[in-house]
Amino acid sequence: MSKTLRNIFLGLVLFLMSGPLVVVSGVSLNAKKRLFFPPEGVSLRWYVELLTENSWLIPVKNSLTIAFTSSLLALSIALPLAYFLWRYRVFYARALFTLGISPFLLPPVITALGFLSFWVTIGLYGHIFATMISHAIFFVTLPLVTISLGFESIDHEIVEAAETMGANSNTVFRTIIFPMVRPYMISGCAFAFVLSLNEYIVAYMVAGFTVETLPIKIFNSLRYGYTPVMASVTVVFVLLAALIFGLIGRFGDLPKLLGALNPEEK
Amino acid sequence: MSGLTLENIDKNFGAVVAVRDVNLHLPDGQFICFLGPSGCGKTTLLRLIAGLEKPCRGRILLDEEDITHTPAYKRNFGMVFQSLALFPHMIVGDNVTYSLRVRKTDKSARRQRAQELLDLVKLSGLIDRHISQLSGGQRQRVAMARALAIEPKLFLLDEPLSSLDAKLREDMQLELRMLQQRLSVTTILVTHDQREAMTMSDLVVVMGPDNRVHQMDSPLEIYRNPADTFVADFIGTSNLLDGTSSGSREVTVGGARLEIAKMPDGMTPDTKVTVSVRPEEIHVLPGLEKGDNRLHGSVSFVRDVGSSVEIYLDCNGLQIVSQSTPKERPAVKQGDQATAVLPPAACVVLRS
Amino acid sequence: MIGEKPKGLRAHLTLAYPALMLGIFFIVPFGLMAAVSFFHRQPGGFYIPGFELTNYKNLYTALFGRTLLFSLFIAGLSAAVCVSIGFPFTYFITRMKRRAQVVWLVLLMSVLSLSEVIVGFAWSLLLSRTAGLSNLFVWLGLMERPVAWYPGFAALLFGICYLVFPYTVLVLYPPLSRLDPALPEAAQTLGASPLRTFFTVVVGSLRNAIVAAFVMVFVFTLGAYLLPQILGRPRHWTLSVLITDAAIYQTNMPLAAAMAIFFMSVSLVLVALTMMIGKGKKIRTA
Repeated sequence: MSKTLRNIFLGLVLFLMSGPLVVVSGVSLNAKKRLFFPPEGVSLRWYVELLTENSWLIPVKNSLTIAFTSSLLALSIALPLAYFLWRYRVFYARALFTLGISPFLLPPVITALGFLSFWVTIGLYGHIFATMISHAIFFVTLPLVTISLGFESIDHEIVEAAETMGANSNTVFRTIIFPMVRPYMISGCAFAFVLSLNEYIVAYMVAGFTVETLPIKIFNSLRYGYTPVMASVTVVFVLLAALIFGLIGRFGDLPKLLGALNPEEK
Repeated sequence: MSGLTLENIDKNFGAVVAVRDVNLHLPDGQFICFLGPSGCGKTTLLRLIAGLEKPCRGRILLDEEDITHTPAYKRNFGMVFQSLALFPHMIVGDNVTYSLRVRKTDKSARRQRAQELLDLVKLSGLIDRHISQLSGGQRQRVAMARALAIEPKLFLLDEPLSSLDAKLREDMQLELRMLQQRLSVTTILVTHDQREAMTMSDLVVVMGPDNRVHQMDSPLEIYRNPADTFVADFIGTSNLLDGTSSGSREVTVGGARLEIAKMPDGMTPDTKVTVSVRPEEIHVLPGLEKGDNRLHGSVSFVRDVGSSVEIYLDCNGLQIVSQSTPKERPAVKQGDQATAVLPPAACVVLRS
Repeated sequence: MIGEKPKGLRAHLTLAYPALMLGIFFIVPFGLMAAVSFFHRQPGGFYIPGFELTNYKNLYTALFGRTLLFSLFIAGLSAAVCVSIGFPFTYFITRMKRRAQVVWLVLLMSVLSLSEVIVGFAWSLLLSRTAGLSNLFVWLGLMERPVAWYPGFAALLFGICYLVFPYTVLVLYPPLSRLDPALPEAAQTLGASPLRTFFTVVVGSLRNAIVAAFVMVFVFTLGAYLLPQILGRPRHWTLSVLITDAAIYQTNMPLAAAMAIFFMSVSLVLVALTMMIGKGKKIRTA
């Protein structure tokens, strides 16, 4: 492919990908409360409002709490499952894996509806606990996929070498498998965390009227009364995600975490 | 001049030099090996010829035509890659005739040619097989057949046999040679295995760790008359003795005078030189025999490998290795005093 | 050690916790929803357990049919667009030096972290009359007056593709980065131009990955709930909107459940079909 054609293509994609981000950032800095770009006067007041107004702080707190607990919970479910599938050979392995990835692959509205009926029946509808568990199940797929990738990258011979040196399966797990899989656990968890922060429909269906998460708040604002604080929230979250993944990229092997093989020094 | 010419070729990857100042002329119809240690640039040189890399400096000419700027897909060379690079989503027949498909040859002609090529590499009947069902040796042959489909001007191979086990490898070396002779196609094979290069080729191009070409010659010439100490050391084993020139046909090594049959041109006395002597040319006599071209010392080690016997002598700090057949084995054992005879014709003088 | 059959309590215990969690909190809710789809709806918003097919019969409305078709249509179209752009894009990324790859990947992950509502918001801005692309075009002299490009079908399509694009890249990344670089080189030495090489060898050898990516995007888009409401007109609203509407605003859970089950069955059938077509493309003979 001719270099210039390729660069034009990439440039276009870059423009389209970052366009919305640029506009949103600009709006978040707008001094006036109107949707104008380029901004008329630069001001940080919307960021300040985000950090001081309760109507925003509460949803932020809710979202962070839910994201934190559900991503850890998802990890706790995904890890033993991925380990089991890698370590043992069972005829129902495929079915198990499909079960593990189904929550995320199904159209969210269906999963959300399922959760709704469940929590209503149990009587925990509207409780933040319900949102946490629902998110955990919904996002199990992400750490499951990343950790499975991680297990796949473990050379069986490494495990066998450890065994010949006297390690039992507990020691092997602790000293060999866990450290090798840890980066994938972290990336899967980070993934789930970020997505949970931004998830709307499950959170809405399960406890939307009592537990207001950030996406719910934003959508409500969008419908009932626009405020540029939405833009500042967006910017903060994007920066947060960029920071998290930037750190992973800097200190970890991001291409390998996402499935590339053979990290050559290119 | 027909054949492939490389003029003043340089290639760097950023700060790393891959190929330095290469000037070669490769005649038509020969089996040529690029030989050298890892990192010497032989694969890069091959890729430059194939058009997969562009030289930073210099020209490449085929039969006097400048192809330096011709892209790879217009060069009509056939190449076999180290990983074989067979297309996993095509059957054997489609792989082999891919180049014909690109040139819009019609279906029946392609199928016929596929049969011919598979017969040529002794894989008749596998035309509809999936790549995943082939053995290592079979995949090898498919890769070769594919490269030869359009009767290319050059047949390029990048360490094609490195993944095969020893027996298969030797068989393939022979077959490859016979194939080349049958088709008379100019073939360039890259290898780090000097035995492979020496047994298969008409011409060997030796490259060194400095990314330059050190010598291009027939295998026998290279063995007998290495151009410098690197080649002498890399090809086969050799005794490399430091000394000083002391006359028009004489060199002093370790205190002893050696008469030399052929000295390099323009050699002045008192120049530092290295004398290269092959172990099989040195014979060992028991005791301390006086005479020309003899070094005295003691036997430090005797190694009996079965098909040959190696005797290590320590001559005043100089180590000399001699090799002989079991039948002509000298009557010495470890610790004995002995003499090493270095015949004048066997001593190759190289500048240090 | 690896690949044995699980023996004993400890081995099965590893599986117990995840199986239990998924069983209780996923399979049960799901089964419950399936059951609810057969329940009887009481006016006023509740439902009593029962078994009737009324809810499924109530699906036979023009609205439901039209919405279903539209949902499938836009999902298919988005999938086609995303994969067509995403495949060459990911290919280029995987051929870059490692440092450059990391930069692009971090950018992608950052975009991926944007939620549907934010994507909708951002694109509504970008396509608005006062703060959007049309303002840029006016400033560049390409247009006379700024114009609002949303709500509309194109806006919705753009928004969906933007939302799903990072996922497409992530799904295509592993197989593309594992592609032997010698394969396109071999094709070139055999006479194929770079364009031809791309289509016959790169795309050809990764057919399965492309089909998988298509299916994934398709299913993912089916779940779009907010974007149709933000960037589209009511006629562009998807089935997800309809279902949530029935469940929350009309408090007709059984109907919502029936729609959901039906929806899921249709999409499962389509996914199965697509995968069969993808795998079924047998390699032709020479």
